[in-house]
Amino acid sequence: MSTTTIILGLCLGLVVGVMSGLLGVGGGILFVPLLVALGLGQVEAAATSLLAIIPTAAVGALRQSRYGNLRVVPALVIGASSIVGVEIGVRIATSVPEHVLRRLFGVLLIAVAVQLAWRARASNARYPDL
Amino acid sequence: MRLVFIGLAAGLFSALFGVGGGIVIVPLLVAIAAFGAREATATSLGAIVVTASAGVAFYALRGEVDPGYAALVGVPAMAGALIGTTAQQRISTRALTVLFAVLLAAVGIWLLAG
Repeated sequence: MSTTTIILGLCLGLVVGVMSGLLGVGGGILFVPLLVALGLGQVEAAATSLLAIIPTAAVGALRQSRYGNLRVVPALVIGASSIVGVEIGVRIATSVPEHVLRRLFGVLLIAVAVQLAWRARASNARYPDL
Repeated sequence: MRLVFIGLAAGLFSALFGVGGGIVIVPLLVAIAAFGAREATATSLGAIVVTASAGVAFYALRGEVDPGYAALVGVPAMAGALIGTTAQQRISTRALTVLFAVLLAAVGIWLLAG
């Protein structure tokens, strides 16, 4: 990693965190393009983004459980059954060409943008997704 | 059974795109499992810890995870998230949300075109 990469990563990482806290958008949606911009491939960026979001999600979950909002059993059922989906997702991501994955990610970004714009209109519900 | 379906969809989405899956979990919990928005958001965070960990494990087996880069962006992001969450209580984020949506759409179009 070059010094420029480190400085860029630290600064933009901070910006990503502020934006996701401020707007209730998940870190992953922002980490992936950031990591691609820093030089990782699409699959590597997705894999690395997943590691980067774990601590933030864990802190958020702990804080929410103190407020009594976290329903532990449903969270565990969803988490456990997601493992099968994860295995399929990893297989697809590692077998399709990277440019296909990148375009699909582009579609996802546009969908999130539409959702955000809609939320700004409605303005009462916040859905922080990580 | 509905929760299992939500988990399967979220896991697929999460691993494919490198996101937590909250974007799938939260609306589905509200729409098909009768959760309130606050509960759905909190519960999705708990599920994401498990989903993302599974994703990291499966990707790590294929040598795709770069812990150095994860720390480089993840650690400052945690600090940033604290600042952002605190600031969010005090300021109106509507204009910022619209601006940000435009930025995301622009990046999305750039990825589609490239």
